[in-house]
Amino acid sequence: MSTTESFTPTGAFTEDPDAAEYTVNGGDWTDVAEEAVRLGQQRIVMNMGPQHPSTHGVLRVMLEVEGEIVKEARAGIGYLHTGIEKNMEYRTWTQGVTFCTRMDYVNSMNNEHAYVLGVEKLLGITDDIPERASVLRVLMAELSRIASHLVAVGTGGNELGGTTIMTHSFTAREEVFRIIEMISGLRMNNAYMRPGGVAQGLPEGGVWRIRDMVTKVRGYVDEVADLHLKNPVFVGRTKGIAKLDLAACMALGVTGPVLRSAGLPYDLRKAQPYSGYEDYDFQVPTSTDADAYSRTLLRMEEIYESLKIVSQAADRLEGLGDGPVMVADKKIAWPAQLSIGSDGQGNSAQHIRHIMDESMEALIHHFKLVTEGFDVPAGQVFQATEGPKGLLGVHLVSDGGTKPWRAHFRDPGFNNLQALSMMTEGGQVADVVVAIASIDFVLGGVDR
Amino acid sequence: MTSGNEISQVAPEGRTLINVRTGMFGATGDTTGYDLMNTVVTMPGATERPYGSWFDDAVDILAELLGDKADEAIQYVVVDRGELTLHVAREHLLDVVRHLRDDQDLRFEMCLGVSGVHYPADAGRELHAVYPLLSMTHNRQLRLEVSVSDEDPHLPSVTSVYPMNNWHERETWDFFGIVFDGHPALARIEMPDDWVGHPQRKDYSLGGIPIEYKGAEVQPPNERRQYR
Repeated sequence: MSTTESFTPTGAFTEDPDAAEYTVNGGDWTDVAEEAVRLGQQRIVMNMGPQHPSTHGVLRVMLEVEGEIVKEARAGIGYLHTGIEKNMEYRTWTQGVTFCTRMDYVNSMNNEHAYVLGVEKLLGITDDIPERASVLRVLMAELSRIASHLVAVGTGGNELGGTTIMTHSFTAREEVFRIIEMISGLRMNNAYMRPGGVAQGLPEGGVWRIRDMVTKVRGYVDEVADLHLKNPVFVGRTKGIAKLDLAACMALGVTGPVLRSAGLPYDLRKAQPYSGYEDYDFQVPTSTDADAYSRTLLRMEEIYESLKIVSQAADRLEGLGDGPVMVADKKIAWPAQLSIGSDGQGNSAQHIRHIMDESMEALIHHFKLVTEGFDVPAGQVFQATEGPKGLLGVHLVSDGGTKPWRAHFRDPGFNNLQALSMMTEGGQVADVVVAIASIDFVLGGVDR
Repeated sequence: MTSGNEISQVAPEGRTLINVRTGMFGATGDTTGYDLMNTVVTMPGATERPYGSWFDDAVDILAELLGDKADEAIQYVVVDRGELTLHVAREHLLDVVRHLRDDQDLRFEMCLGVSGVHYPADAGRELHAVYPLLSMTHNRQLRLEVSVSDEDPHLPSVTSVYPMNNWHERETWDFFGIVFDGHPALARIEMPDDWVGHPQRKDYSLGGIPIEYKGAEVQPPNERRQYR
């Protein structure tokens, strides 16, 4: 990386008042091309996004092209910054889950997982989490991983013209969401994991439905693989495209499937297991091709591995039977026994009867814990987890109060997006879309 | 903050003063009027040796590599909740990260960004930059913490050692106003380029407006009485 002195902006980034500017509205490409020919201009600077269908949200890419060749590419982000980290400082530790689940919104459970593990480390209750809660967390995190990978594969295919890839992947994703909805009450933005455990256990008949889902999703993914992976257009568009070798990945801090496509089998679920991942049997697929094709392949293989973990988690839940899904500490565990009724998720009728009819103290306790929250001893932690897109880290600072002093998320998309320039410069304009899809980020997580 | 008994605003040596809390409800002081409920909240303090685990060895190796500068560079060491934090003087930050990355026994190949933290009460070191480092080779994590003052919020950029921190440093500049000297293009990243202020500092208002209700004024959410 150069120092300030040696950095000279070029092209679009110079302040040249004489540079010609065009506003293109679509349909007037011929005029623009003619004008460029008249001026004898080779280099064109163009903006891709922020409102572009293939930018996975609102990403702006500033491209400098000569003919079809990308000479310089810069990503501009910030269009979806919602101040989640700042807002969390004004909410209790439990309410924080509701915020962080909305960061990378196609992957809500892994955001929650990283956050609650961080809070529990601060509280020093990591070892007190009931096994059933940990198994449910692993189950939900893996379901989210499958959903996230299905979006990556599906939208990636759609951007190359394969609409069926998207419709098929999204149908499979709906099957996954049915299970997530059955357990948490919501398809997305769940706020299911809470510091100390999870909001509620598995409903009756849950294990059977999970097994049914695994069979169905495996079928859909098989079909997507058959349709997609040997398709000559897809292969031609992605093989050898958006290359990023291991040295570049390490320099740019790239993790997740992109790093594994360059040959390093680094997965935090194996390297630094959390929530009992060491007890599950699964593989970490890798490749050495380091291109867009291998990343799609790895994501599909990871779906199969995640399905294996989901099945094992379901077996385990069946074996564990009924039991608590929250820590025993009444100062942390919300007293509410949530259940899903005919009108959605809420406090169970039994709990309402207890606090309203039977015990004044229980009502006060409920009120204090829900409105005021619990104190977290002063200190700081960093918790790293393996998100579907790479290393998802959370840095939490507590001032000993009921709200975070600072919550910061290291979203893998934010970091990995830095690699876009290296993947695209020197390639074709059309391959920028392929590179974006192969990094797989979601702007909600990148901008937070 | 209400006036009251003089309370020490200085944290004990080797500790970060997070906050001086008055009363139960944060900014509004005591509801009793006596203003006696003052709590000085600090981060866990410096840890004495042995640190346990691999921490002693790692600190020893780093100190050996730094040579004469070791005492000055590593201000103090905190081991808390099974995590190692090295408080580093900003003048020596680049030396420290270079050794941490390059030495075969340390080999922290990855820096997982830089998280800014604002401690307005910690006089002279209000802004902290926290660097989580990850060693894939040895499967370890540690944390560097560097503090600077509000008046002189300059830090050396670590992008020459960890190019991956480019955007992370831009983010911390954007949100906290910490200036990373030597960064190739330290521009705002999340906020618009012409934005004024650094939104994640504690003195930056959330932007709520007071609401009038039946002649009384309801303050914006972050200024209301609230449990802290």
